[in-house]
Amino acid sequence: MPTAQPKSQQSAQKALSTELFDVLVIGAGVVGCAVARRFTLEGAKVAVVEKASDILEGASKANSAILHTGFDAPTGSLELSCIRAGYREYERIRDDLGLVQEKSGAQVVAWTPEEMDKLEEIVAQAHENGVTDVHIVDANTLRAAEPNLSERALGAVNVPQESIIDPWSAPYVYLRQALDNGAQVFLSCAVTGGAFDGQNWQVETSNGALRACAVVNCAGLFGDLVDEAVLGEAKFKITPRKGQFVVFDKAAQGLVNSIILPVPQEKTKGIVLFRTVFGNLAVGPTAEDQQSRTDASTDHDTLKGLIADGVDKVPALVDMPVTAVYAGLRPASERKAYRVETVPDRNWITVGGIRSTGLSASLGIARHVYGLYESHGSKHQQLTDPEKPQAAVLAQTGERDWKRAGYGEIVCHCEMVTSREIEAALNGPLGARSMGGLKRQTRATMGRCQGFYCSARLAELTAGKLEPPLSEEFGHD
Amino acid sequence: MTSLTLTNPALNTAVPIDVAIIGSGPSGLAAATVLKAAGVGRVVVLEREQQAGGIPLSCGHPAFGLREFRQLLSGPNYSARLVTQAQKAGVEIHTQTTVAEILRGGVLTVATSDGIFRITPRRVIYATGVRETPRSARLISGARVQGVLSTGALQSMIYLQQRRPFVRPLVVGSELVAFSALMTCRHAGIRPVAMIEAEQSATARWPCALYPRMKGIKLHTSTQLVEIKGNKSVEEVVVAGPDGQTRSIECDGVILTGKFTPESALARCGHLHVDPATGGPVVDQWGRCSDPVYFATGNLLRPVETAGRSWAEGQQTGQWVAQDLSGKLPKPAKSLNIVIQGKHLKYAMPQVICPNGDTEGMVDIQMRVTERVSGTLVAHSKMGPIWKRSLNSRPERRIKVPISEIVSQATDGTVNFEVEVPSK
Repeated sequence: MPTAQPKSQQSAQKALSTELFDVLVIGAGVVGCAVARRFTLEGAKVAVVEKASDILEGASKANSAILHTGFDAPTGSLELSCIRAGYREYERIRDDLGLVQEKSGAQVVAWTPEEMDKLEEIVAQAHENGVTDVHIVDANTLRAAEPNLSERALGAVNVPQESIIDPWSAPYVYLRQALDNGAQVFLSCAVTGGAFDGQNWQVETSNGALRACAVVNCAGLFGDLVDEAVLGEAKFKITPRKGQFVVFDKAAQGLVNSIILPVPQEKTKGIVLFRTVFGNLAVGPTAEDQQSRTDASTDHDTLKGLIADGVDKVPALVDMPVTAVYAGLRPASERKAYRVETVPDRNWITVGGIRSTGLSASLGIARHVYGLYESHGSKHQQLTDPEKPQAAVLAQTGERDWKRAGYGEIVCHCEMVTSREIEAALNGPLGARSMGGLKRQTRATMGRCQGFYCSARLAELTAGKLEPPLSEEFGHD
Repeated sequence: MTSLTLTNPALNTAVPIDVAIIGSGPSGLAAATVLKAAGVGRVVVLEREQQAGGIPLSCGHPAFGLREFRQLLSGPNYSARLVTQAQKAGVEIHTQTTVAEILRGGVLTVATSDGIFRITPRRVIYATGVRETPRSARLISGARVQGVLSTGALQSMIYLQQRRPFVRPLVVGSELVAFSALMTCRHAGIRPVAMIEAEQSATARWPCALYPRMKGIKLHTSTQLVEIKGNKSVEEVVVAGPDGQTRSIECDGVILTGKFTPESALARCGHLHVDPATGGPVVDQWGRCSDPVYFATGNLLRPVETAGRSWAEGQQTGQWVAQDLSGKLPKPAKSLNIVIQGKHLKYAMPQVICPNGDTEGMVDIQMRVTERVSGTLVAHSKMGPIWKRSLNSRPERRIKVPISEIVSQATDGTVNFEVEVPSK
């Protein structure tokens, strides 16, 4: 293998830090956040670089917010073991870090006799995967559990442990725990190249260089490009798969109790109907392969199709207003499997192709990656009494900030976001640097009016803090 | 609502509240003022924003107040007058006071920075107004970038914060509010690149329709917004003209005007029946909701009327609630349901008529059409056609059907309204 040359070798980049880190994590998506946390807790000195101005700006900004049990993951796969380990660890740390988990359960609903025929197989796989409480329910039992489901539903596989979680507070608190225990985060630093001198890495970024003994590439949608830029080659190619979603008004949340899954198709899990911990009902995702790694646009016809799909499954959704629409990009590779590739002689691990179960598996992936790192001979002293930061409480069942006196004012009325929460999100250790970040940390503008009432106040509160800014001052003539 | 710990009330709950009004826009303040004038004891207005006055607060330009004060006022001056009038009449106004949920029998959960508490007034007037439909609910294609705003958000930003989100936006829509958006832009040195309207002519009446041309901003009719493009902020839009041909327009923002919808979240997430057609609560001719402790008024009833008309409706509602408190409204009983049929009618309000009331309520059923139509508006009961009239209308034009003419033909069951268009 040829030795990679840093692209900016001639220009001797300024150092972002004089420190020599044990591990450099590239990418602050859900996987990068979990990896940074794990390595920090194991005693490593960790640096995280992220090319965006805020964390969770890539694949992790949009998903279906489900903590999967792994009942339908490929048996014997790395994905399955990471999902199982991730689920267990999430439950273990949930209360310590103030995370939310609502065990809504899932119903894999059969809508045709052909799908009914597949239910046994789904149960068998689930049991083989170690999810032993999965069982078939008949149409009547399903109807009792989900009275608003279309009468076309013939039966289902019930997966009691499938859960809904807050998809942003979790990775935020993972990274926050890394930070509070000594890790450092460098935002707006895109990796451009790097060189390994036989012992240590010098990784070049758009904003300066960092030195570390080992590197874990968690760059998600850009994972292959980072490998190419630094190692000179990538063992996989990312072809982003877009998933569009429609979020219905909160009035819809009572229409469905569990996660309504379809009998899986060849390529994806298919279109899911799910409640969120914030009190919405959402439908999605689609699965659209594309070349762009950044274009998460939505389109009218697809959104109408999703709404029709929702109405088809739950007829009472027919007149339900739409609150939000969004799209996420899944970092799919040419294979369905996770692509965890190691280059032991250069202390490099790539975590790629985490195409759809990243949120569920991230804690498990982090453990797996740390195991690989240790197996290459590195060892640290595990932290004995790590700091335990608390996740933001944004779930509707939680003790939201507006329920505690002294909140100041309610700024976003639809989602009941207070000025105290907004100030904390802007000024905290992982302060929001984009409107997207502020939304993920507080839910401001994510409700039914989408900023009609609070955009002006937010423009004032966030002045000088976000990129791009929401507004500018204007002078009078 | 779960895990709610009630704490200290921010307003005096020792003295019983006769009427609580949710929202301090023109209709809510008018209702409150009339209630006090009618001798009702304790009337409180609950406003979630920092300042009382509602939407006009953020409209820094005229023309408000002609109907109410016989003079032209800016929005903030108009709101200030309404607030002063209410306070002089003895209305208590509580700002930064959020009604978090409404419960059966008029129980309200109220949140303030000092604590969460419940109140149980004898009657509740629900007057939370309307807002514009956001980008998401319009299902507009394209990148989800910054710089796509409603008129309401734009106006608050410009008039309340002296901040602007863009300098060369596209204006979508041509309802009255779109012209208000143009005036707002002018105030902040924002120069719209164009204005587009999907219909074949401007929705608002002349002379407003001339306004964009007067300021050098061209109105493109029969033109649809197809896609919004950009990386982080709006960079261009794609529109389709009358011939279906698409073209790109460079701009740095999009103002989505109009397509108003009642802000009926409390009803939707609570127990009151909501009419999918108006988007507001189902009411009878006194504005009485499915839970008769609650009354609705103003633009919450249906999209959308001017501040002046909302104010007038609020005054009427105040009278009716005062009468209800002294037992003069009939109990909700056997009633007539008003239902719309076919694709031409957008809504009809009230949705329920109580035929045996001696107390006069709304005089007319208010209706609107979804698109330009010419034909016959026909009412059917189970007996067959009971009423008809020729109709030539366009979106956002008022259509009134006298309730007395319908009640004289049918007193219970359902009356279906439909526009019959002669086949060509």
